[in-house]
Amino acid sequence: MSAIDAAASVFLIAGATFSLAAGIALTRFPDVLSRMHAATKPQVLGMLLVLLGCALRFRSTVDITTLVLIGIFQLTTAPVAAHMVGRAAYRSGVYRADLLVADELADRRADR
Amino acid sequence: MNDPRPEADARTRRTNHVVALLGMALVWILLWGTFSWANLLGGLAVAAFILVALPLPPVVFGGRLRPVALARFVAIFVRDLVVASVQVTWLAVRVGHTPHSAILAVRLRVDTDLNLTLTAEALSLVPGSLIVEVDRAAGVLYIHVLDIHDRAEAERFRLDVLALEARIVAAVGSPAEVARIRTERSGP
Repeated sequence: MSAIDAAASVFLIAGATFSLAAGIALTRFPDVLSRMHAATKPQVLGMLLVLLGCALRFRSTVDITTLVLIGIFQLTTAPVAAHMVGRAAYRSGVYRADLLVADELADRRADR
Repeated sequence: MNDPRPEADARTRRTNHVVALLGMALVWILLWGTFSWANLLGGLAVAAFILVALPLPPVVFGGRLRPVALARFVAIFVRDLVVASVQVTWLAVRVGHTPHSAILAVRLRVDTDLNLTLTAEALSLVPGSLIVEVDRAAGVLYIHVLDIHDRAEAERFRLDVLALEARIVAAVGSPAEVARIRTERSGP
């Protein structure tokens, strides 16, 4: 096993661990807004690490360009998806207000 | 003099279209994986169709790329991404701890669409912060922050967001925007 293969396996395992953590967080966090952090975030780093591991393993231009595209599209679309779900959850009131230390969005709405 | 949202004139719009055309053609070629003239022409045709059929509002890019500041932004972003991912992971497996959070309003100093979008994207990608609502007219981001327990932590986070905005403006902003960040650093 070459050094590159070893590095690839380290990246793959680390990426898989972060994805697992995202799954655990998804079940353990108290409300939709906190869960969105888990659903979109450790998964971002996990996904990047898995892509990096794959790139080191394949080492061909065709595969690497595809992996780069996957990375770019994930990075640009994950925040949008998280925002849409979070916004919908907030607007329909599906969140635990008792867990919020401050809610400056509610303050703004009250001003009107 | 420095109107935050100048209308794009015809020339910048044309430049934007050419950049978008070439960018989409590049993505098309990357999707196929190999470069050939057929792929290039096919990509340009698809890109032209998308530009005509699905027009988007013009994005005003008044700044220029500064490689050193950009590298600094990327380096700090990667560090934040790793640190925050580990924190959220720890938060997930910790027993007997319910994470509190807060929704904070942060008014950005440069309220162009591009800066709002880039700052919001960078914030969203880092675990622990999620954009709940955007007030585009006022340039305010409403951010859901995970694991905040008191006012002091909230204020620290607000400063982090402003620092992130400053790094983005330093990397891609116009000279007027950079000056604005500099003068308002000590301000509200």
